[in-house]
Amino acid sequence: MAKTLTFALMDPPYEDARSTTALRLIDLALRRGHSVNVFAYEGAVYLPFAKQAPHPNAVHGRDVEQEDHPNPKNWIAALLALARQNGSKLDWVQCGLCVDERGAAEAIEGLRRGSPADLFKFVEESDNTLVIPTR
Amino acid sequence: MKYLIIESRDPFDSGDVPQLYAVAKSLRADGNDVTLFLVQNGVLAARPSKHSDALSAVAKTGVQVLADEFSLRERGIAANRLASGVSASPLDVVVDQLAEGRKALWH
Repeated sequence: MAKTLTFALMDPPYEDARSTTALRLIDLALRRGHSVNVFAYEGAVYLPFAKQAPHPNAVHGRDVEQEDHPNPKNWIAALLALARQNGSKLDWVQCGLCVDERGAAEAIEGLRRGSPADLFKFVEESDNTLVIPTR
Repeated sequence: MKYLIIESRDPFDSGDVPQLYAVAKSLRADGNDVTLFLVQNGVLAARPSKHSDALSAVAKTGVQVLADEFSLRERGIAANRLASGVSASPLDVVVDQLAEGRKALWH
């Protein structure tokens, strides 16, 4: 039976395996048909930052294509597409205060700006919530 | 009550990991159904070593101790050579137990 799960994320991209694990969990939940809410706050508001760009690796002599550098914004776009494709829901809220502090307003499409009040609402409406705190 | 405790930290690096093991044992001693799920560097304790004895002791109390298969593979830890009482598991278990409504704690 489909449930609603909420994940609260704090970590910025390129820092810790927690971000990868969080995105793996969201992917699995969507593939099982669950609705997923995400509240991204603090550094996590940079996970869907639109200006992330792949880069070459001069040290190893690889161009952009060979380096195949992963950008979390693409993974999140893929999760949004997955939710649309299988009829589930991914409601991703970016903490507005955290966004403004960090100048991270240029996020990919399909997300929305919110506040901690959205997290409270998510928790009240969800079957379960997992907070993945930074260390 | 049913609990899902997720340990992402390496006991060789974080001195508070044994405290989380103690929480799992304590919840179990109170008659709860407890899963301790190891992920990321948390799986390093599943490799037979000085710290794996503490993990096996948790399992002996009846706590279900699972280690994320992907995290094990990333670290070159063979899933068939884990410490006593620890089993390799897909991450799906976390999603299923969250959907089941278990009280969840990430460390």
